[in-house]
Amino acid sequence: MKPAPFKYFVPESRDEALELLCEHGFDAKILAGGQSLVPTMNFRLAQPEVVIDINRIQALSYLRKKDGFLQIGALSRHAELERNADIAESAPLLSATMPHIAHPQIRNRGTIGGSLVHADPAAELPAIMLALDAKFKLQSKEQTRVVNAQDFFIDLFMTALEPEELLVEIELPEQTNGLGYAFEEVARRHGDFALAGAAAIINQDADSKCSSARIVLINVGNRPVQATSAEKLLIGEKKSDELIQAAAEAAIQDIDPPSDMHASSEFRRHLTKVLVQKVLNKAFKR
Amino acid sequence: MSTRYFGKPLKRNEDPRLLRGEALFVDDVNLPGMLHAAFLRSDYAHGKLISIDVEAARKREGVLAVYTAEDLGDYWQPGPLLVPPPPIENLVFNQKTQVPLAKEKVKHVGETIAMVVATSRYIAEDAVGDIYAEIEPLDAVVDLETALEKEAPRIHDELDSNLSAHVTQTKGEYDAIRSKADVLIKRRFVYDHGIAAAMENRGIVANWERKNQHLKVWDTTQAPIPIRNGLAAMLGLSESQVQVIAPFVGGGFGPKIMMFYPEEVLIPWASKQLDQPVKWIEDRQENFFATTHERSQIHDAEIALTKDGKILGVHDIFLHDAGAYAPYGLTVPINSQCTLLGPYDVPHYFSEFKAVFTNKTIVTPYRGAGRQHGVFVMERLLDFAAKELGMDVVEIRRKNYLKPEQFPHDHKIIYQDFMPLVYDSGNYAPALDRALEMIEYENFRKKEQPRLRKEGKRIGLGIVSYVEGTGIGPYEGARVKVDASGKINVATGVGTQGQGHFTVFAQVVAEQLGVEIKDINVVTGDTGEFHWGIGTFASRGAVVAGNAIHAAARNVRKKALKHASAHLEVPEETLEISGGKVFVKSNPQKSVSLGELAQISNPLRGAVKPGTEPGLEATDYFGPERGATASGVHAMILEVDPETMLVKIKKYVVVHDCGKVINPMILEGQIQGGVAQGIGNAFYEQLNYDESGQLTNASFMDYLLPTANDVPNIETDHVVTPSPLNPLGVKGAGEAGAIPVGPLFAQAIEDALVEHNLEILEIPLSPNLLFEMIGAA
Repeated sequence: MKPAPFKYFVPESRDEALELLCEHGFDAKILAGGQSLVPTMNFRLAQPEVVIDINRIQALSYLRKKDGFLQIGALSRHAELERNADIAESAPLLSATMPHIAHPQIRNRGTIGGSLVHADPAAELPAIMLALDAKFKLQSKEQTRVVNAQDFFIDLFMTALEPEELLVEIELPEQTNGLGYAFEEVARRHGDFALAGAAAIINQDADSKCSSARIVLINVGNRPVQATSAEKLLIGEKKSDELIQAAAEAAIQDIDPPSDMHASSEFRRHLTKVLVQKVLNKAFKR
Repeated sequence: MSTRYFGKPLKRNEDPRLLRGEALFVDDVNLPGMLHAAFLRSDYAHGKLISIDVEAARKREGVLAVYTAEDLGDYWQPGPLLVPPPPIENLVFNQKTQVPLAKEKVKHVGETIAMVVATSRYIAEDAVGDIYAEIEPLDAVVDLETALEKEAPRIHDELDSNLSAHVTQTKGEYDAIRSKADVLIKRRFVYDHGIAAAMENRGIVANWERKNQHLKVWDTTQAPIPIRNGLAAMLGLSESQVQVIAPFVGGGFGPKIMMFYPEEVLIPWASKQLDQPVKWIEDRQENFFATTHERSQIHDAEIALTKDGKILGVHDIFLHDAGAYAPYGLTVPINSQCTLLGPYDVPHYFSEFKAVFTNKTIVTPYRGAGRQHGVFVMERLLDFAAKELGMDVVEIRRKNYLKPEQFPHDHKIIYQDFMPLVYDSGNYAPALDRALEMIEYENFRKKEQPRLRKEGKRIGLGIVSYVEGTGIGPYEGARVKVDASGKINVATGVGTQGQGHFTVFAQVVAEQLGVEIKDINVVTGDTGEFHWGIGTFASRGAVVAGNAIHAAARNVRKKALKHASAHLEVPEETLEISGGKVFVKSNPQKSVSLGELAQISNPLRGAVKPGTEPGLEATDYFGPERGATASGVHAMILEVDPETMLVKIKKYVVVHDCGKVINPMILEGQIQGGVAQGIGNAFYEQLNYDESGQLTNASFMDYLLPTANDVPNIETDHVVTPSPLNPLGVKGAGEAGAIPVGPLFAQAIEDALVEHNLEILEIPLSPNLLFEMIGAA
């Protein structure tokens, strides 16, 4: 289980990395935490000609608050996000989700950028980015552009990232006080990719009525799925068991989950309904 | 003699080395000029091998050799039949064993087609990618039931069908008794087992030293002596020219037995061809395809009972998935057939099975070795019978247990060791009582369960019984020797894979020679140290090797007493051995150390009396007349989340009887590990084959081993019914933890989800399967 031969570059700076991407683009893979890339290379499922190891680029690893936004360097490790006080304060949904991602050893190495670019619909972070209205800063030698999370995830393992581009930063709007949030998933064993999962953010007005809602589902499609019909049902309503039940029913009308050896489509649909109920019960304050 | 070492929970001698990383494993063997091998394996489950082009691979820089079946010449031979079929009347057995490299056809995914030897494993794997094997795919035989149909594709062209074996064993007259039964319960059961998933994969290093005319092989085998004998014969060498060492091995569990795997046969040959050491270390992906599995059986079983719940008889017909070849004979299905009877008095038994060739990895024993399948069928039949009769699941078992006065009990069928299935000893009710006490059965049924159910919790209890045939022959041997330093060396032929042999064997010796176990050095699995024996399997290490060591240690004790008597000029009866010394009981100052006696018995000058053997050393052997039957009861309380179908084990209890216990701490570890594998089998692990014979979950991402989170602390206790078949009175314990976990889960989950009235007829279970069952119920 050894990888096929490849050329290996270790750029020291972002510019150097972008230069290498410009040159090798289509034949290159970026090595960040390596938690998905290295196994697929060892299985020889991925045989990139060039590997560009960005781990020495300190400038890609940061967490800062700026103008009502959280800016996260793409090379930030899961463990750093998990322990960061600013994230806990301004993006508590992200904090709450981190312990569900794999195991501590993997979170010590894995990076947020790596997980997002890999775009596994069973992964937690893409869904959380959708829930949080994240913006992704994509940079090439020629240009820098910003893509919304909604537009970034295109299909199974496919994103809007061009071959010569590098995901350099993730920007999250700071969540205001009083927002309700929750994340839940069902996995066979703790740390596995979830059979199904759901995240919710609920904003309520002074009368306790829902003023905005966001529900995102994991592993029920080719990319993270926003449960828009369920969200619509909630707007202007107060919390009730019937409302939550109806929203959960609506959420599973929007999806056509895949079947695999661990769960049938029908079971995923069932779990999704259960999880939407759970996250809404938690995210709605009263 | 009072016990000083035997039976004590002494800490393990081997752990400091293992924990500090100072133990030698095969992959630690690195020799000057060592080459590395990699294999081209079939991507198809079944296909015609049209041609193989290895030219590009041969030309790659760093490649020394590429071999196909054709290049092996006369060395190409099907592997040996390791276990011939037992002497059962009208038995059909179609012998087919694996080949070193595929010729003409490939018969399962992962079958070896070509071998590359190169200066590094990287280059070897690159060169494997250069090889082009043209294979014309054929329909694969995957499904057990259709495999025997006339139209099914045939795996072995020389055979009339895919039948591997057909065996019927009977006791009494089931058909006659059937008509007298008050209750008949008939069901179809499917029990699937999985991979052993040892922490260490297989590995081999072979070093042919031409100037020494000697081959040294490090192999992760459980049975180095048979491997040495076989390799010597295949390579045309004398047995003294071949040394096989099984160093520390990270788990065996059965698949590392004396398999003569293709790699095991080819690496030594390649070293001899190239006059250089060659290494091959199996990677995890190869392990899924190329190391043997255990898989499914389909049973159509019926139990006949009286209205008060007494078993009249059992009728069972089953299919067994053998895989593409069956080098290990009928051990697994015979174990299923025999172990089904369990601890029960079954006067009439009809059992017929067909073993079927399929285009899948070979099936050989994996911890439990088919016993699980049989135990599942019997325990489930009893559960359904209890329900039908309105009996408690505990009482139907108790009612049918063999009574202490029925031992030895002859079941009148043939066991895997070719001997009649005769239980040596047993006393089952005390273990059941103790398990009920530990799980607080009364309190749970009357108070806890009703209270928790009121709270909306789905909580259930399971309790099952089983036996395990252990410690089968033919024999093992050992040499015990006192050094001049007073330290003791013990050598035996069996391999060790983490069982604690360095401690329990030392305890057996310490008991005779009165030395601390840290002063006893145990060597296992090195044919250069001890060259008679068979291997570690069938829960036989402590029973067979343990008693051989006991015998050798007793002989050393006799010699020590004799020499000391002469040296101290006192009669032998006045002497005692303790603290590394022989001394006069009434005057402990008058003593001589074992080290001094070792020197005295090995004089460098002068003359000895005729017939004198040098050294304080003895070699002895032990062969039991037949296996010793261990037994036990597992009980569990679990909770099912009705929304997610995830389960949580709240309490797990094992009461076990393996006769006399050498080291209760090590025994507890054996049981814990076994239960962990049992839980994997019951609820997590399943080899997922598609209809083309592809194994679609060949990685630990999709093949779900239970983790530390999923395995609870297990409370254990023991009942001691010594075996009359060996001087130590011990029975094997290696597989006990793993055997009854499937039916235990089934019973507890049915109880937890009582409102759904489920009948669980298959293992493994999963949340998805429970969801489907509830939907269907």
